[in-house]
Amino acid sequence: MIRPVEHILIPLGLIAVGALLGWSFFLAVTGEAGERLAAVALAHVPDSGVSNPVTSVLLNFRAYDTLLELAVLLTALLGIWSLGSADAGFQPAASVLEGMVAGFVPLLILSAGYMLWVGAYAPGGAFQAGALLGAAGVMLALAGHPNAGLPSEGRLRLLVALGVFVFATTGLLLMVVGDGFLTYPAGLAKWLILMIETAATLAIGATLAAAYLGGIPAAHPKTGETA
Amino acid sequence: MIDALPLSVTLPLLGAFAVTVWPAHARALGLLAAVLTAASALTVTAAVWTEGVLRADLGGWGAPLGIALEADGLSAAFLSMANTVALAISVYAGGYFKRESARHFWPLWLLLWSALNGLFLAADLFNLYVTLELLGLSAAALGALTGTREAVAANLRYLLVGLLGSMSYLLGVALVYTAYGVLDIGLVAEAIEPGPVAWTAMTLMISGLILKAALFPMHFWLPPAHANAPAPVSAALSALVVKAAFYLVLRLWLDVFAPVLNEAAANLLGILGAAAVVWGSWRALRAERLKLLAAYSTVAQMGYLFIAFPLLAATPPGLARDNLLAAVVLLALTHGFAKAGFFLAAGMVQKTAGHDRIDELGGAAQALPAATFAIGLAGVALIGLPPSGTFLAKWMMLEQAMILGLWWWLVVMMIGTLLAAAYIFRVLSRAFNREPTPYRFVNDARTELPALLLGLIATFGLGIAAQPLWALLEQGAFG
Amino acid sequence: MTNQVLFAQLLYGGSGILLILLGLWSFLVHAPLLRKLIAINVMGAGVFHILVAIAYRGIETPPDPVPHALVLTGIVVAVSATALALAFGKRLDQDADPG
Repeated sequence: MIRPVEHILIPLGLIAVGALLGWSFFLAVTGEAGERLAAVALAHVPDSGVSNPVTSVLLNFRAYDTLLELAVLLTALLGIWSLGSADAGFQPAASVLEGMVAGFVPLLILSAGYMLWVGAYAPGGAFQAGALLGAAGVMLALAGHPNAGLPSEGRLRLLVALGVFVFATTGLLLMVVGDGFLTYPAGLAKWLILMIETAATLAIGATLAAAYLGGIPAAHPKTGETA
Repeated sequence: MIDALPLSVTLPLLGAFAVTVWPAHARALGLLAAVLTAASALTVTAAVWTEGVLRADLGGWGAPLGIALEADGLSAAFLSMANTVALAISVYAGGYFKRESARHFWPLWLLLWSALNGLFLAADLFNLYVTLELLGLSAAALGALTGTREAVAANLRYLLVGLLGSMSYLLGVALVYTAYGVLDIGLVAEAIEPGPVAWTAMTLMISGLILKAALFPMHFWLPPAHANAPAPVSAALSALVVKAAFYLVLRLWLDVFAPVLNEAAANLLGILGAAAVVWGSWRALRAERLKLLAAYSTVAQMGYLFIAFPLLAATPPGLARDNLLAAVVLLALTHGFAKAGFFLAAGMVQKTAGHDRIDELGGAAQALPAATFAIGLAGVALIGLPPSGTFLAKWMMLEQAMILGLWWWLVVMMIGTLLAAAYIFRVLSRAFNREPTPYRFVNDARTELPALLLGLIATFGLGIAAQPLWALLEQGAFG
Repeated sequence: MTNQVLFAQLLYGGSGILLILLGLWSFLVHAPLLRKLIAINVMGAGVFHILVAIAYRGIETPPDPVPHALVLTGIVVAVSATALALAFGKRLDQDADPG
């Protein structure tokens, strides 16, 4: 059966929207914008404390965006927690899967550390590192570790909010004693960025793993690992 | 150096951190953060008043590379309304939420507050996208706090609609960056020129935002989401969150897309606004529950704000246009106070009576004189009776419509006003049908006084003391 | 801008627009939550595609880092929103069949 709205009207409308978008995009690309912000951003990378241009933008030029983005991540997790407690979890893995997990999780944590460090001068950084940590947590959860290697609720709360805290406090301290909100002093930029990124990595990894659990983990963790 | 601009955004963030980590002290820490945040935001407004436009280049880079926060008259006006209302909601929430729900409420509420302040102060198109998402996520999570099936379903729909709106907005931002190579609002405004690119970007960004502002016929998500939320959250959603989307439409309209505008777009927004006024008011009149009535009334009141666009487009720059703009802002601010007061009082009624069915409110006025009085005061502002701010604002809009010869907008506003009077009096008449035995005017100071105060500000405060708003708005907004 | 760069930007940007349209279509037509959510994510991928496309400036020239950073921010925001929406959906499913 042909439903007129679904099969004729919406497709026709979308074709019109697509034509308009395509035309505008063509005009925008072939217009006079030229370099856009590339030249100006690349020229300032040496002053930013890191040599990877994307990290310079994320943690220095547009660091405020990144701060709010960590807040978005925290909001999502708090929203998930407000909806109820975590699922019962999966049954414990058999020896083959358990052995594989035991091998992979340390590797993932190690890679996360590498990703965090390498982000200063090559592709990588807090988000990639955090995603790897989160993946380690998901792997543990799938293998039947009920809390995905996360600590108990009290410490978990600190961990997931750590990124926002370190970022915002650094910004405010620099405002009170320095030149302005999140304005890094020349010599310290590298270390401040590394500190913020470390906190952000831990927060992102913990948040992603906790979001996967779908609720506040049970009060008594059976395993001692931390992600 | 202490700069109140970043403080207004980061203080609630730090507050959210504190209440996340120490949930046992959520209420005390949350109230502390609320007071500090409101103080810093009101400092911003005061500083704009005395010193003019404020700007903070975060990270010290400045446009075009860095992100800036900027406060002019328009943002300062919305900022002061939002923070006063948010402070009142916080005080009310301190009594409303008990242990377990308080743990969930406070961090999400402070994150929402941070998003609001960030949105009013943002001077960067992409940063606005992040604040919009922070606002949308925290609002949906807060709206579902009652945990009922209706609330979760309504807020899931709200979340999805909000995401669609943000996607549309982000696509518009991507087009702007492709064509003009900058994201700072001031620089985009300088670079933009009429043409298909600017036109498409404007359509994408504004359609995304009117979806979030619940303009008819994209209002379908609002009534269930706002009516099923806990009372303080309903107040925040109706008074502040949709108002933030409207603020952004106004900001883009005035500052970014001014060279691209045409009357057709303005008239379209006006027609949708008019439909919202009539439909929203009608549904409010037919609503069976007090909170649903308030939610539909929000749909209608948002409609009035959009009727201003065709009037603005038809008015040449000058004193008349400045007055019209100030009237629109005054209308938005008054609705913010009035609707928040209405919802807080309705929450009090619901808590006491155990329900909010309008037909069975019998005697609520006798049991809760202050809450009923707050509903009455807010009602005065919603209808637009003198001396409320709405009265003054509507009067100026009507006057301008008559001068321009656009009499049909006048008819719509009259119909809306009459319907508003009908639905408010319907509530009040139901509240007074028992033998008058008032024993105490204020029953629960913490929950009733904020509602009362907001109603008083809406009715008397903004109407009688509207003059300072004109002075504030001269600070750069419409210059 | 050379023709080769222009062609690449248009090709990738055009695919981005195609993804946006597919996502929008799916969002409008399909009722189930999961489909709507995937549709939003496909749309998001389309927008990110466009941003990555305009960052490309040729093999020898380093890409524009600003859109890359915007995309990274956008991805994290999209992941957060998706996680929250899934939790809402899970909650509704639990309510639908208790136990």
